[in-house]
Amino acid sequence: MTAETIIQSLASGLLMGLLYGLIAVGLALIFGLMDVVNFAHGEFLMIAMYATFFLFAFFAIDPLLAAPLVAAALFVFGAAVYLLVVRFAVRAKANAGMVQIFSTFGLAIVMRGLAQYFFTPDYRSITHSWLGGKTISVAGIFLPVPQLFGALTAIAAFVALYFFINRTDFGRALEATREDAGAVALVGIDKNRVFALGWGLGAALVGLAGAIMAIFFYVYPDVGASFALIAYVTVALGGFGSVFGAFAGGIIVGLVEATTALILPPSLKSVGIYAVYLLVVFIRPRGLFGSL
Amino acid sequence: MDTAFAQRRRRDLIVAGIFAVIAALVPLFVKDVYVQNIMVLTLMYAALSQSWNILSGYCGQISLGHALYFGLGAYTTALLFTKFGVLPWFGMLGGGLISAAIAMALGYPCFRLRGHYFVIATIVIAETALLLFQNWDWAGAALGIDIPVRGDSWLKFQFVRSKLPYFYFALALACVAWLVTWWLEDSKWGYWWRAVKDNPDAAESLGVVVFNSKMGAAAVSAFLTAIGGGFYAQFVSYIDPESVMGFQFSLLMALPAVLGGIGTLWGPVLGAVILIPLTELTRSFIGGSGRGVDLIVYGTLIVLISLARPEGLVGLFSPRRKEAAR
Repeated sequence: MTAETIIQSLASGLLMGLLYGLIAVGLALIFGLMDVVNFAHGEFLMIAMYATFFLFAFFAIDPLLAAPLVAAALFVFGAAVYLLVVRFAVRAKANAGMVQIFSTFGLAIVMRGLAQYFFTPDYRSITHSWLGGKTISVAGIFLPVPQLFGALTAIAAFVALYFFINRTDFGRALEATREDAGAVALVGIDKNRVFALGWGLGAALVGLAGAIMAIFFYVYPDVGASFALIAYVTVALGGFGSVFGAFAGGIIVGLVEATTALILPPSLKSVGIYAVYLLVVFIRPRGLFGSL
Repeated sequence: MDTAFAQRRRRDLIVAGIFAVIAALVPLFVKDVYVQNIMVLTLMYAALSQSWNILSGYCGQISLGHALYFGLGAYTTALLFTKFGVLPWFGMLGGGLISAAIAMALGYPCFRLRGHYFVIATIVIAETALLLFQNWDWAGAALGIDIPVRGDSWLKFQFVRSKLPYFYFALALACVAWLVTWWLEDSKWGYWWRAVKDNPDAAESLGVVVFNSKMGAAAVSAFLTAIGGGFYAQFVSYIDPESVMGFQFSLLMALPAVLGGIGTLWGPVLGAVILIPLTELTRSFIGGSGRGVDLIVYGTLIVLISLARPEGLVGLFSPRRKEAAR
């Protein structure tokens, strides 16, 4: 193993990690807002990937152009999921924790079933996109262009999210609602509206990630499940509810995955991520940047 | 002290006895192998969900990684039988003990975690074990283990000509899991667990040793789940990591209890009796033409139940008690 291969795989690990951060940040945002973990998050990613694929297959729209459309569609979808399902789940008096987990889990199962039924379990891929299959060389390191683009999008999304939360009225309403959902009602903020927009925003971010993922990854009904666990680990590693934590968690997960793949057989590359997650939460039960 | 409670418990026991006798007589009239197969699975999931319910329902520690214990039971039984000729009876017992020990070893660090951190840790641990088994050559790696037929007897716990012995074992397992839960409900442990579930801090301050009671629940729950795994290995006579340790098993063990009523005595049984035949029937009737319909059916069911009846379907049978509890 030369220094070059190590740098090479760490670089691709970093790119993938930033993309993991983008996949996970919506989850962190929603959790921070209302203490709910969306167990259908992976399926949100899955439908975003399918949407991108079908826009390409039927209308020849390149994923780069499809990305904003898909993000907008997912925004509507996320808000609808809140208004139709989650809004009622958080009202539960009995077994509140269970209801939250299993209502979104049930939704995930339904979405996966629908995808199998309508789209068949076949693996699909986007064959000729603008970025697909291209690599560039930076200082002797080869970087796949789709992943590089994904990583840059992730950084841009995090910067935008930071300014959005801290500088806009809606962002402040979001922060205020997460601090005290009861008190915001007194100043005339509609809690349900803020939550619905929060879910929309969270879903739009994973939609963006899905559109980019579709450039270089297969699209199939269970694709969400493979990335959902990584997203949960990313969010929990960073600390539930911390948007910055999701960013940092993603980078760590990407680097750990790349390092593990260097040492262990490729089929075991996730073991490193899981081990790091367990190690972190055993030492620090609220994740790296989470608050209790 | 609580006579109404004592009466209810006695009534539960009698009702369970009647159900068990009726269930035992069903095969006299139902000879269809396909239906018998569904009945075996239903009883197995009733037992598994009852075991899951002990840790997740009564003690409130939601585990979505119970496939680990199921898989350990299946693998211990299958490996001991195929590699060393150990009878499945000892294999199941060994699998149960190993699982209980591992549950406690894992519980030691995990029970410090709360809420979602705990749930995700259980998923992550089971997935890690799945990956390790997929790469463990001696245990058959991803291809798994084919269990050879070496007899047709209770001694070898292999039955070729008829599925009935499996049915009776599954029935016995479901009864044992039910009885263990019934007994624990009114034991010191049962009260501790409910206190831990409702408010761990208050329980601790009242002298409940929260940590030990979680460990106890984990051990009992894992032991029973592993017995179910060992049974499953013998029943299907072929196992591979994905089919016994995959995440869908963790979910399938939880769903009957969720549907029937989490943390209740009858919830897992009721849930399994509804969910398993429904899943199997949709799979065989519609499943051929359109894959995924079974997923749509039970996913919808879970969403509706958790939104409309978070206390589970058992709530339907005791409206008065529910009112009194309010």
